[in-house]
Amino acid sequence: MTSATSICLILVVLLSVGVLSATRLATSIRLVAAQGVVLGILPPLVLGGRVGLHVVAFAAGAIAIKAVLMPWLLLRAMREAEVRREAEPFIGFSASLLLAGLLAGAAFLLADELPIPAPDAPLLVGSALATLAIGALVMVSRKKAVTQVLGYLLVENGIFLFGQTVAGGMPTLVELGILLDVLVGVFVMGIAIFHINREFDHMSVPELKALRD
Amino acid sequence: MGLAAYALALVLAPLLPGVVGRTRALMAGRQGAPLLQLYRDLGRLLRKGAVYSRQSTLIFRAGPVVLLAAVALALLLVPPGGGARAAVAFPADLVVFVALLALARFATVLAALDTGSSLEGMGASRELFFAALTEPALLLALVVVARASGHVSLSAMLGGELPAAWARHGVALGLAALALFVAVLAENARVPVDDPATHLELTMIHEVMVLDHSGPDLALIEYAAALKLWATSALVASLVVPVRADAAWLTALVATAGVLGVAVAIGMVESAMARLRLERVPQLLVGAGVLAAFALVLVVAG
Amino acid sequence: MILFLAALGVLLAGGLGAALAGRRAALATALGAGGALLGGGLGAAAALAGILERSSTTLSVGWGAPFGTIELNIDVLSAVFLLPTFLVPALAAIYGAGYLQHWRHTRSLGGAWFAYDVLVASMALVLAARGTLVFLVAWEVMALASFLLVTFEHERLEVRRAGWIYLVATHLGTAALLVFFLLLGGAGGDFRTPISGQGASAVLPGALFLLALVGFGTKAGLAPLHVWLPEAHPVAPSHVSAVMSGVMIETGIYGILRATLLLGPPPWWWGACLLGIGVVSTLVGVLLALAQQDLKRLLAYSSVEHVGIMAMGGGLGLLGVAGGNTLVALLGFSAALLHMLNHSLFKALLFLAAGAVKHATGTLALDRLGGLLRRMRDTGAVMLAGTLGAAALPPLNGFAGELLLFAAALAAAANAPLELAGPGTLVLITLGLAGALAAAAGVKAFGAVFLGQPRGPEALAAREVKSPMRVPMHLLAAGCVALGLFPALGLVLVARAAVVLADGAGPGMMVAVDAALGLARRAGYAALALLVLASLVALLRRLLLRGRSVGAADTWACGYEGAVPRAQYTGSSLVQPAVAFFKPVLTSTRPAVVPPTGFHPAAASFRADTPDVFRHGFWQPVFRRLAGWLERPRALQHGSTHLYLLYIFVTLLALLAYMRGWSR
Repeated sequence: MTSATSICLILVVLLSVGVLSATRLATSIRLVAAQGVVLGILPPLVLGGRVGLHVVAFAAGAIAIKAVLMPWLLLRAMREAEVRREAEPFIGFSASLLLAGLLAGAAFLLADELPIPAPDAPLLVGSALATLAIGALVMVSRKKAVTQVLGYLLVENGIFLFGQTVAGGMPTLVELGILLDVLVGVFVMGIAIFHINREFDHMSVPELKALRD
Repeated sequence: MGLAAYALALVLAPLLPGVVGRTRALMAGRQGAPLLQLYRDLGRLLRKGAVYSRQSTLIFRAGPVVLLAAVALALLLVPPGGGARAAVAFPADLVVFVALLALARFATVLAALDTGSSLEGMGASRELFFAALTEPALLLALVVVARASGHVSLSAMLGGELPAAWARHGVALGLAALALFVAVLAENARVPVDDPATHLELTMIHEVMVLDHSGPDLALIEYAAALKLWATSALVASLVVPVRADAAWLTALVATAGVLGVAVAIGMVESAMARLRLERVPQLLVGAGVLAAFALVLVVAG
Repeated sequence: MILFLAALGVLLAGGLGAALAGRRAALATALGAGGALLGGGLGAAAALAGILERSSTTLSVGWGAPFGTIELNIDVLSAVFLLPTFLVPALAAIYGAGYLQHWRHTRSLGGAWFAYDVLVASMALVLAARGTLVFLVAWEVMALASFLLVTFEHERLEVRRAGWIYLVATHLGTAALLVFFLLLGGAGGDFRTPISGQGASAVLPGALFLLALVGFGTKAGLAPLHVWLPEAHPVAPSHVSAVMSGVMIETGIYGILRATLLLGPPPWWWGACLLGIGVVSTLVGVLLALAQQDLKRLLAYSSVEHVGIMAMGGGLGLLGVAGGNTLVALLGFSAALLHMLNHSLFKALLFLAAGAVKHATGTLALDRLGGLLRRMRDTGAVMLAGTLGAAALPPLNGFAGELLLFAAALAAAANAPLELAGPGTLVLITLGLAGALAAAAGVKAFGAVFLGQPRGPEALAAREVKSPMRVPMHLLAAGCVALGLFPALGLVLVARAAVVLADGAGPGMMVAVDAALGLARRAGYAALALLVLASLVALLRRLLLRGRSVGAADTWACGYEGAVPRAQYTGSSLVQPAVAFFKPVLTSTRPAVVPPTGFHPAAASFRADTPDVFRHGFWQPVFRRLAGWLERPRALQHGSTHLYLLYIFVTLLALLAYMRGWSR
């Protein structure tokens, strides 16, 4: 494994931590976009010399969806729905940082033990597990629906990394399927956020209370 | 070599704040203060008399003295850079280094409380809190280097085998260097933790603690701050510039250039960032600690 | 051994004499304190002889006793612990003679001195006892004597409550120890003989280790069993607090270390357990110390922290033995022992100084004190020495022990496999965090009491205490400084005991001992160099200022009205950012805020009390539920005589039925 790959992998993990620790939602979304870019250039790096046309095309597609389309959708949804810009955590920022560090450390130690037959797997598997875990943490520790989507995206990115451990990458069809899945998910969530927000805007408080049960 | 480098550091240290300030000024399109400004300030302060607060005791007068003694002693343990050994080196000397910096802080904080001033008390309070988060980050970052090189003395772990360690654990050492840099910023009260350029604002930490010192006492404090900046910058420089030279003069050149380079980097950070909101500072320091811990896991697992 | 027995004899004689003297205060004090002083001196000599001698000395009594023999033995491990156990109470007794004068007309001092001398003798006996019976009896006498001393001012409600908590906690610990000794005896061992291989099942050593951890850990004040400590230590008279916090809790550490010698080669998890408990104690202790408003409570929590540091050292030592790493094992154990020695000095000193503050001002509330350094120079100076020691800063004595522990952790983290490197790293992080927080707590304790200006009338009226109280403080401070400048001396005292403890680790012991000694020597050089450098700088400043104007002015308050005592930062406000940050841990913090109101706010206040996290979050709910269960049978006790008669009849009938069933 070249050091460029390992730098990329660590960057992916650090960006996940960044998503968790950012106070502004927009920053988090941009960090996810940056992670998408890094993930896009990763497959050619992992494959080294054996870069074919379909790998490049796939990388370009991944970047287009992960780094451009979905962040754009989310930012738009935020703007339309006038979501407040703060991230609003359940767990404080410092505590979530500590938790993320613990999770990432555990992921890398665990990756050492996992019997995955891949070249230079530890770092790859470690970053994949860490990204998955931090994604899950983002989902459970933040109040906003948008951050839940972001956590969902992080989890998907972790799965994407896992796919790289299979020599030659995951079958393109499977990967495309997952991407499509996520895209639909983000769409649905984005629309839901938008609508809930619009509905609740002109709803009086007593009506909200009636929704209790 | 070690003692000569130590003497060089004692002489050149007041240059560093000048370099940081000049970098800041240049980035902002100003000309800025002269590089040698601190030398002039020190000379001027040393020629003055002193005023002591009526409310203070011997503790207040002992503060600057202990501060300078502790920092000067700590500098003795720091390898100058370029793989050269420090004047004094022994296993676990990094703990003594950290403890001496802690003693320097202890003396400063007590002197601040001795005046009974509420502003100095506020600075002391913040200094104590941030130090509690900086110290683990600093230690962890150094432990990463220790684990990567297999040595537990500053001079040995930043010495001849560091290039090999970079080749094996490059990513982890990079993260550790980043964490170390953040810890150095906090330890020296620089942006984004503190702003040495602000006097009399409610957000400051270090400057407010020394409000009541004057004359030679203030000179001791300023000089100690410069020495501390030199010592900690030398640590960062030794870590990120694993260049090894044969000739002694070349090593000295590499070492000095490295320290000045760190000062320039600090200046660039200061002009690129604003000081963080006070409640965000702990997150930055915890983040540095987490980063270092993560790097340690990478070294252990890799 | 002769010296040791003589010391015990003198102590008991002094105690009995004091008890007989009863209300004649002067006589009781002379006999009691004199007995403690003389006995302590003799005992310290015995301990030194025990440390320096190559072989251990034994005294066996031929009488048969249940659970083994009656046997006393001073080997090197006992001797190391005996040294402070005799020395500190001897010095504290001089102090106590002055301190107790306050009560000479209102209280019978004979009883107090009797309990004090018996406490010292029983602590020594605990450390020397080998037979199970002698040990348990001495252990129980130690608990009771200290209970009597804790409740010295029993007319105060909080003192009675603290004594009650102490009594319950210590008996829960003793219960665990009873089971421990029963099982140990069942496997053919006692405090002298290790358990034999054939008598022991596979799980027995582990179970014994856990029992020892609970039983001795309670006495040591390891979290979460520490809750009695911050209640009991502050309310006792200060010389008793010094003995309890400086020496008595260390018998718990002794017990744990002794137990590990008896139970065969330690598996990994023993060390991990002890280390984990040490980490929790250190962090909980230092955080709660930081948040306290009462000087002696702060010091008591600081004891929890330092016991945690000793436990971390013992844990690393055990891990080193388990992993076959001699360097880590020896450094860990020597760190624990050296820190024990140093802690006994500086903690005793701090409690004595706190007592002097209480004596002079009548209060220990940090937010009412301040500016005492001008009024009580001597007490302030020794308190500063103790604070530096407790904060583990050079050039005082707390530093060397922590340096050794750091070195052990570094050696583990840098060069050992994961099962040793992980715990080593944990210790490093804990020490880094706790070191800085302990320094903050020290700044709070010293700064709020001695620096700035008086915050209340009590502090304004303070006067320095009399010389019987000052002399022992100076002696202890001198000991702290001496061990700070020459830590190798302290290490030499404990090194052989550390070698005994680390014995199972494997080859390379001499190299490890040399490494430890070298490190201690370096710590000493650093301290000396610091003194020299500081003197040089001070000299330079004096030369510079000669002939120039040295003025005096009020503290500069940035243009506002300067030097207002009420505007000073208090101890609470000093640590408020840290306490607020650690709120997820310090869940029990209850801030009471009276915010400023209106356009011309007159009075506003902020106060944050932090009771013990474990006491409120764990023990109180547990005991409340327990009390609920035990409440139920009380319904039977109705008060009506007829009902009681009915009970008797029912019982008789049941017995009859039972007997009938039996005979069939």
